[in-house]
Amino acid sequence: MDGVLFNTFVYLCAAVIAVPVAKQLGLGSVLGYLIAGIVIGPLLGIVGSETEQLQHVAEFGVVMMLFLVGLELRPAMLWEMRARLLGLGGLQVLATGLLIAAAAWAMGPDWRTAIAIGLIMALSSTAIVLQTLSEKGLNGTEGGRASFAVLLFQDIAVIPMLALIPLLALPGVMDLTAQGGANSAVGAAVVVGDGAAPAGFQPAALQPVDLQPAKLQPVELHQAPAHQAKSDVRGGAHASMSLVAGLDGWAYALVVLGAVAFVVLGGHFLTRPLFRYIAASQLREIFTATALLLVVGIALLMTLVDLSPALGTFLAGVVLADSEFRHELESDIEPFKGLLLGLFFITVGAGIDFGVFAADLLLVLGLTFGVMAVKGGVLLVLARLFRLATGDGWLFTLALAQAGEFGFVLLAFSVQNNVIPPDLAELLSLVVALSMLLTPALFIAYDRWVLPRLSGRDAERPADEIDRRGSVVIAGIGRFGQIVNRLLVAAGVRTLVLDHEAGVVEWMRRIGIQSFYGDASRPDLLRAAGIDEAAVFVVAIDDRDRAVALVKQVRRDYPQVRIVARAYDVNHLYLLRKAGADLALREVFDSSLKTGGAVLRALGEHPFKAEKMMRAFRSHDEEGLEQLYELWDEDVELSTNHALLELVRARTQSEQSVMARDRADLHDRTERGWTPPPRHPNE
Amino acid sequence: MTDSVSPSSTADAPARRIMVLFAHPSPNRSEANRPLVEAARAVEGVTLVDLYAEYPDFEINIDREQERLLANDVICFLHPLYWYSTPAILKEWQDLVLEHGFAYGAEGNALRGKLFFNALTAGGAETAYSAEGQNHFTIRELLRPLEQTAILCGMFYLPPFALFGARTAVEEGRISAHVADWTRLLRALRDDRLDLSRAAALPRLNQNLDAIVRSSGQGIPSVGEG
Repeated sequence: MDGVLFNTFVYLCAAVIAVPVAKQLGLGSVLGYLIAGIVIGPLLGIVGSETEQLQHVAEFGVVMMLFLVGLELRPAMLWEMRARLLGLGGLQVLATGLLIAAAAWAMGPDWRTAIAIGLIMALSSTAIVLQTLSEKGLNGTEGGRASFAVLLFQDIAVIPMLALIPLLALPGVMDLTAQGGANSAVGAAVVVGDGAAPAGFQPAALQPVDLQPAKLQPVELHQAPAHQAKSDVRGGAHASMSLVAGLDGWAYALVVLGAVAFVVLGGHFLTRPLFRYIAASQLREIFTATALLLVVGIALLMTLVDLSPALGTFLAGVVLADSEFRHELESDIEPFKGLLLGLFFITVGAGIDFGVFAADLLLVLGLTFGVMAVKGGVLLVLARLFRLATGDGWLFTLALAQAGEFGFVLLAFSVQNNVIPPDLAELLSLVVALSMLLTPALFIAYDRWVLPRLSGRDAERPADEIDRRGSVVIAGIGRFGQIVNRLLVAAGVRTLVLDHEAGVVEWMRRIGIQSFYGDASRPDLLRAAGIDEAAVFVVAIDDRDRAVALVKQVRRDYPQVRIVARAYDVNHLYLLRKAGADLALREVFDSSLKTGGAVLRALGEHPFKAEKMMRAFRSHDEEGLEQLYELWDEDVELSTNHALLELVRARTQSEQSVMARDRADLHDRTERGWTPPPRHPNE
Repeated sequence: MTDSVSPSSTADAPARRIMVLFAHPSPNRSEANRPLVEAARAVEGVTLVDLYAEYPDFEINIDREQERLLANDVICFLHPLYWYSTPAILKEWQDLVLEHGFAYGAEGNALRGKLFFNALTAGGAETAYSAEGQNHFTIRELLRPLEQTAILCGMFYLPPFALFGARTAVEEGRISAHVADWTRLLRALRDDRLDLSRAAALPRLNQNLDAIVRSSGQGIPSVGEG
């Protein structure tokens, strides 16, 4: 227990110190975590052996990240980006793989080894890139979206790669590995056919999130995929955790399809009643537990059928992207993902072996820059080919030029399958780690050199009026929020509606109004709902105190968003205004005014005269609202605020005379301008 | 308030401040007026008021509009030609803002000496605005009510700055030249480089800008100004 506490303390300490400093220096959180890892690992040597266990846990951050990525992607959006996904992603993997393979081949190794190296280096780091893009708010840019498409394709491409690599096995080194486990650095780490599952999450061989740098930490490649049942590397691996051990190819395919179908159909039909039931219990931690259970359960199922848990949860995310619980799920999983991913970056930093690095300094540096240059070159050409604008093209190029965490997995897997010799793998994993370490620097280069040059060019582009209107987040979809939302939607504005009553949300959805379950006063939920990108935030909830608190909180955290709030009465309106609302409107003022006008007409007043009186009344009233605000004091009871009461009296009197004046003086407020000149001008 | 038609011009401060009252009920559909609005906003010394944006419910703030009138020396209505006149809000603006005792009448001297003109876009070709054409009158003749309004208020009336065939101006590539003329006219008005008496005699202002715009500091018409 002491050890656990101590390690937790060290890791948290490193993160808490390094990450804010790195962010302040403009380096981004990812580099902060990596540096923290380097400091506590190779530099100070405080942590060591436990990183391997930690990494099993940390890997789960990537699984969660893909679940969250899936939640952001509705199936329709996924379908829309198919051209990019296949075209951009496919070409990137193919071209980079071929070029690097050719270069590797030219340097000596067998062609099979070269191809494996090409495939491994073609991948980029989903974890670093997605994290950094969202941190910098570049998700929605063309460059960000193109990057995402390529990363998604790469994540999917890992599966066929894992199938392909065993076919590239070098002839004649078969026996070497069996014993190699004992005497090479990498081999020692690779346990073939391990029966005992380590604590925590047990990644299957196919698991693309088994991410240890091979030379430092043991890579548990204890299970070979079942569809390679005939492959001799498998051994008796499936004793522990697999439903598909020893199945024939077709049976395996059926099981896999069944599992995928279960995730899709279950996600669609079973989760909603479940979440609705849980939400009705009003227990937040149980909702969080359910969300975690969902992700863990799917990961487990995928592991059991030798599929990637990351892809499984991604799929579940996509299925749930249309559900009303999307934002609640997002904000529940987000902190876990953030911490685990941070832990993952720390372990990557801690895993860098400066001994090996120093020994082959020039070679490692040369290879790293070579790989990044080739990757960058391919990306730049693709950006031109797919007509990305200059800035987006550079973002795309710089963001994806590194090798990724899946590289570690594939390296270990290649060694295990006799495709890459252990010592070469050790060198290559250092290249992968170093290129990941350099990625934040490339983002900084984008900020410092690419962006400043673009500002002038973008200014010439004509403003796109519709798209610039931005989106609106509406808290509360009762009688009030509903009308606001309907008008906005009818006007083609993108709105996002939140309500904390699952029943209301369900009803809204039934009549075709897109809305989400969640308590709008929770900061994490607001962020998940995209308030940082929203142009306007509408507070339409009927709880007066919560409305004020909500306005205060949003004003503090998101100074850029315009806040429009529903006020109960004048006092509430002042409270909202003081809390930071840009506009607060009395909820019944307009309908009362309309009613008054209708009564005037019913009494026989000329409709336009009635209208003018309503307008005069309104402007007089709004004028008074401003004057009273000067005297209003939150802390003084209204009945004891004598100055204010006096002004209210005076205003009420002048209000009565505003229209009464009509009888004496033709130039009254409602007739001004249309008044004819005096009958007897004294000229 | 200035009482002279041609105030003295100094090097720095603009000789005249210009207010453009823009009226178009759906400006996002207007290919011709939008660039004119943008161009006017870009000219220093010009205040552009988008009336439909400011008073979407036609509730024109008379006091504010009168203050604005007092603060400017040139008043321009920028609008498409609707039924040989302005869009409704500009008529409402006239009805409300040009009050007795302010704009006209014994004590209504607030606008005296200011310049007034229309900048308008018309769908028909210029040939349609002639005695032989479909509209039977020239554009200047059709705007007589506004000319008389200006005269009653003691303002100096200038003929309209008009774009004809506005519906096809974009595809025929006539917009940029028109916008350039517009900018040139606004600058010349601002810097007091417009030959007012010559301009007043024209059927429309943009018939021959070279003949009425003097280059900076010069009293003689020049061709190369721009």
